[in-house]
Amino acid sequence: MLAYLIRRLFAAAVMLVVIVMVVFGIFFLVPKWAGVDIASSFVGKQADPAAVEAVRQKLGLSDPIYSQVWEFFKGIFAGRTYSGGGDVTHCAAPCFGYSFRSEQAVWPVLTDRFPVTLGLALGAAVLWLVFGVSAGVLSALKRGTIWDRGAMVVALAGVSLPIYFTGLLSLAIFAFGLHWLDAQYVPLDQSFGGWFGGMILPWITLAFLYAAMYARITRATMLEILGEDYIRTARAKGLKEQVVIGKHAMRSTMTPILTMLGMDLGALIGGAILTESTFNLPGLGRAVLDAIKNQDLPIILGVTLITSLAVLLANLVVDILYAVIDPRVRLT
Amino acid sequence: MTTQRTSGRRKKAFAAAAAVAALLTTAACGGSDDNGGGGSKTGAAGFDAANNKVAQASLAKKGGTLRFGGAQDADSWDTTRGYYGFMWNFARYYSRQLVTGKTEPGKTGAELTPDLATGLAKVSDDGKTYTYTLRDGITWEDGKPITSKDVKYGIERVWAQDVLSGGPTYLKDFLDPKGEYKGPYKDTSKDKLGLKSITTPDDKTIEFHLPKANSDFQEVLGLVSASPVRQDKDTKSKYGLKPFSSGPYKFESYSPGKSLTLVRNTEWKQSSDPIRKAYPDKITVQFFSDANQLDQRLLNGDLDLDINQTGMSPQGRTTALKEHKANLDNPVSGYIRYATFPQSVKPFDNAECRKAVILGADHVSLQTARGGPVAGGDIGTNMLPPSVPGSEGQKYDPYKISGANKNGNVEEAKAALKACGKPNGFSTTIAVRNNKPVEVATAQSLQASLKKIGINAQIDQFDGSQTTGIIGSPSNVKKKGYGIIIMGWGPDFPTVQGFGLPLWDSKYIAESGNNNFALIDDKTIDGLFDKYVTTLDESGKTQISTEINHKVMEGAYYLPFTFEKFINWRGDNLANVYTSDNYSGMYDFVNLGLKSAITPRPPRRRPLTAGEGRGGVGGAPGWTRGAPRPRGGP
Amino acid sequence: MTELSKSGAALGEPTSGSAAPTSFLEVRDLKVHFPTDDGLVKSVDGLSFKLEKGKTLGIVGESGSGKSVTSLGIMGLHTAGQYGKRKAQISGEIWLDGTELLSADPDHVRKLRGREMAMIFQDPLSALHPYYTIGQQIVEAYRIHHDVSKKAAKKRAVEMLDRVGIPQPDKRIDSYPHEFSGGMRQRAMIAMSLVNNPELLIADEPTTALDVTVQAQILDLIRDLQTEFGSAVIIITHDLGVVAELADDILVMYGGRCIERGPAEKVFYEPRHPYTWGLLGSMPRLDREQQERLIPVKGSPPSLINIPSGCAFNPRCPYADVPKDNVTRTVRPELTEVGSHHWAACHMTQEQRERIWTEEIAPKL
Repeated sequence: MLAYLIRRLFAAAVMLVVIVMVVFGIFFLVPKWAGVDIASSFVGKQADPAAVEAVRQKLGLSDPIYSQVWEFFKGIFAGRTYSGGGDVTHCAAPCFGYSFRSEQAVWPVLTDRFPVTLGLALGAAVLWLVFGVSAGVLSALKRGTIWDRGAMVVALAGVSLPIYFTGLLSLAIFAFGLHWLDAQYVPLDQSFGGWFGGMILPWITLAFLYAAMYARITRATMLEILGEDYIRTARAKGLKEQVVIGKHAMRSTMTPILTMLGMDLGALIGGAILTESTFNLPGLGRAVLDAIKNQDLPIILGVTLITSLAVLLANLVVDILYAVIDPRVRLT
Repeated sequence: MTTQRTSGRRKKAFAAAAAVAALLTTAACGGSDDNGGGGSKTGAAGFDAANNKVAQASLAKKGGTLRFGGAQDADSWDTTRGYYGFMWNFARYYSRQLVTGKTEPGKTGAELTPDLATGLAKVSDDGKTYTYTLRDGITWEDGKPITSKDVKYGIERVWAQDVLSGGPTYLKDFLDPKGEYKGPYKDTSKDKLGLKSITTPDDKTIEFHLPKANSDFQEVLGLVSASPVRQDKDTKSKYGLKPFSSGPYKFESYSPGKSLTLVRNTEWKQSSDPIRKAYPDKITVQFFSDANQLDQRLLNGDLDLDINQTGMSPQGRTTALKEHKANLDNPVSGYIRYATFPQSVKPFDNAECRKAVILGADHVSLQTARGGPVAGGDIGTNMLPPSVPGSEGQKYDPYKISGANKNGNVEEAKAALKACGKPNGFSTTIAVRNNKPVEVATAQSLQASLKKIGINAQIDQFDGSQTTGIIGSPSNVKKKGYGIIIMGWGPDFPTVQGFGLPLWDSKYIAESGNNNFALIDDKTIDGLFDKYVTTLDESGKTQISTEINHKVMEGAYYLPFTFEKFINWRGDNLANVYTSDNYSGMYDFVNLGLKSAITPRPPRRRPLTAGEGRGGVGGAPGWTRGAPRPRGGP
Repeated sequence: MTELSKSGAALGEPTSGSAAPTSFLEVRDLKVHFPTDDGLVKSVDGLSFKLEKGKTLGIVGESGSGKSVTSLGIMGLHTAGQYGKRKAQISGEIWLDGTELLSADPDHVRKLRGREMAMIFQDPLSALHPYYTIGQQIVEAYRIHHDVSKKAAKKRAVEMLDRVGIPQPDKRIDSYPHEFSGGMRQRAMIAMSLVNNPELLIADEPTTALDVTVQAQILDLIRDLQTEFGSAVIIITHDLGVVAELADDILVMYGGRCIERGPAEKVFYEPRHPYTWGLLGSMPRLDREQQERLIPVKGSPPSLINIPSGCAFNPRCPYADVPKDNVTRTVRPELTEVGSHHWAACHMTQEQRERIWTEEIAPKL
């Protein structure tokens, strides 16, 4: 188990290095080949070539790509100092780069934005698990009935409708129309009530999409599990039906659900771009959206890394969880 | 970047969204009737009430929180580094200059008035020395007085382009055209005030010694890049995160891309400042990724106005025009949208061929492509924006663009082609930025008109974020055969120099970063600019401006599309609102007041719903509205 | 033939009427029908039998003959866990120790399951929950019906595992089903079924999924346990060889009905239905060498939606034309007594059957 963990973590680290290099390649090499000068996008339209060159030096853009990648990694552990033109900028470890566009280190941006996205993802996950899974189970137990059909139509709508539609609609109705909820993000450390109130609509909107998917998966899985021999065995033992469903069938049904949950949370932490921009939540997704808009490469690189890390970790957690849930799975 | 799992079904879902939105629209109609022209129940002053005039000046009260929203943060809040027009406008809250634009509507707003200085410059007879005396009682946010050395240091920072990149460099070009000074951070003198062309005989006096006279020098001193900066508070590249205030407000908190809050600078004295009224107690700015979200919140009354001042998105505009017209102004932006003809690409070396395009184009169709007369602007008939002194507006129309030829004149165009030696027309390429749908639409309109006169034009959409590298390189333009380039331009400061110098003067033709796309090399025009900078009296300057404009039009280097206009939102609670030519038709931020210090309960309004406009479709809502234009920039 | 009297006590003749029977288990005219999109599937269509304590009944038939459906019907597993709109339709009577199960309160029947009647399933790998240890599953089975501590239940589970011949039961109790071999799993399954000393044990194809060598061990185990606990046992199988070892009586099912039943010796040595002959013919026997003796029953099992008119077996029966007037295709034969406690449903006369059996079939077996 320990050996497995070490091996997986090592593989994840290698993967991250590869991702960094690929991202570097995309953001730094490709523009170079295309004849686009990154440094000139950092200076004004009146800047003279000397200024462009100075910026290039400061950003280390004229260094070979491998030394840029190396400096980046070194910065994560040892911090980094950018100097040029008599100005010294220190980026403390862990330094995931420095945005010269907004004059801030990437890491504080990530740590500032991460809790917002995490709060969004976790809150929505609780909602979609509770509602999606119970709807799926009920639908499976009442299959073929009006209830089942109705629930699945709603689920289909949830899966099909995009966030920016459900999001805008819910905003239009509940925030701007009825004024029930405030569509304003309030940081958690400022006011719990304000944070909670501001998050309700984003949670519901995001959870609606996922709850729909989870309901469908739960229903399908539950139907399949209910046909298993060991469910019949459980009944043959004289177990109450609630125990048969709630314990024996749910245990098996939850396996694929938890796998999905892990992957979905991993992906969401990378940024629920649409939800965050629809509800103006200052999370990672919005950070990357704004960074793309402003061609702020270091932020894009930082968020990409965090996203990849989240997905890789989610993968690992899911695999380990799998072994915990299903004794037939061996981590080797 | 990660996308959520909705991609494949967007189109269908969007259609559904549109249908639902349509339902909501119908259902909600008839609820509100505050769409009149002359004021309304909600307190809005009326359509165009603040366009070149002051709306509800007397209703402004002291106190309250003025709430801005924006789809785009400033390029930098550092007075040296900012280039976005709204940033220059907003920077007057926390920075003062020797001179600045008057806080009055329209053209008057573009006139200079003393700010830190006791009066306008005393200019020497040769026009090379400008002397100012500073006022009494002017202070920094820590209570220390602002000295002439602080002003000099602030100006010197423009020389440190390698650290403080991004802002305009006129001061450097005018005061040290040879680039002898290396900037304060490389300055070896003890006080870091080594720039020779500025002297500070005492703390109250500052003198500028120009190597060469320039009649617009004082205009340049009115830019925020001429603001004082105190050396011990200069955090260099990070100064824009918390500039040290010399104005009535100071930074309380700033989170790039998220929010900005200004509070009163208690050390600022009203008696020392004849310009700023400082009505609100607090000023907040909230940034959005999605322009539609911003418009929604403006409509809902959660915000007072848009800090970017680039006009509402199509979706918000439609709703607002229909239901809240009294909250809108429709000012001229100072921008001209146009096509230009690089003379390096044949046959545009021949003026007759250029004229053929100008005459053959359907100008109404081009205006429609830009958004029509309200959202797009008036048909442009010449190349001097209406906000610049010397402009004659549509009265000067040498090609009868808004007159007889407004739908294109095939006969005259063919005659011009014959004169050019291409009676059967020719083939060429139209270059247009791919990230501006409106510009692509104008290219298509032009393409259709040209077909009628036998000119076969292909459209090449290039990467809009790489504009400088692609069309800013004359050799690349020639190689690609871009005979027609579609662009837009606005003035950095409202004079013919602030607008046209980089576009029309042959000295500004550069191998990279070129803006003289037409490659105009006309000794008459160059000569007029030279004459302009040495002419000190206003009427003389105005006359030369008109002349330059005429020469440019006679050369047929440009096909103007529109004198751009846009639709801006004015919140119900705003008072003392007016547009200013100094900021290209934006509201003048610095003296905005609130009618009520208590934020009113947002009135119930018809909600905006998805699908009403094109904004926000696809993976990146809000991308359709580009970054606010740097002043003068493409 | 002295053993016959013994079997007669186990296998009573079908009786009608609703009076409570004296037998330990009595099934009267059991019908189990499933509505489907294609029509009504008549899996069991009028089955009756009796079983006494300490006796073993073998139910034999092809897949789809209704034998498993019968066992699940007795256990009440067609109604438990039926969700959605389509439910099994069950009629008839099932009397267990004086209680009619079909009309009883479902919760009462649930309480009987596992304690009064238990079941061993065909494939222990799929019948055991993969995520719980053997111990957890046995403990659970015990504690449903006994209010004892987990510790006591675990002790009982270890005893049972020891009893069914699992080595080191105190250690193996914490193993998961996939960690057991096939035979071990079936032993564990049996241990779980017997943990509550059920009076009726139904073994549904208990050895089908196992190796031949292990099969014998498991059958021995079932026999030993029956002797020890004195339960009534129903063994359901498609393999006559399995019941030959164990059963006191044999019931042959075809198309959802009983076509022959009687004491094991009778059914084996004097079968009176052509289908039983076919089953015997397709039974591999170790004491004979000739391979051609393996005579499979030709054709495929009947559709349970459209059961052939007349005798359900007539399309596959080589002697369908022996009775006169095409009666096999028009009239359904009723069970008639063909010997002492020996019943068969066939239109052929006693003489015809005896002649065919002795002259054509028996020599080939």
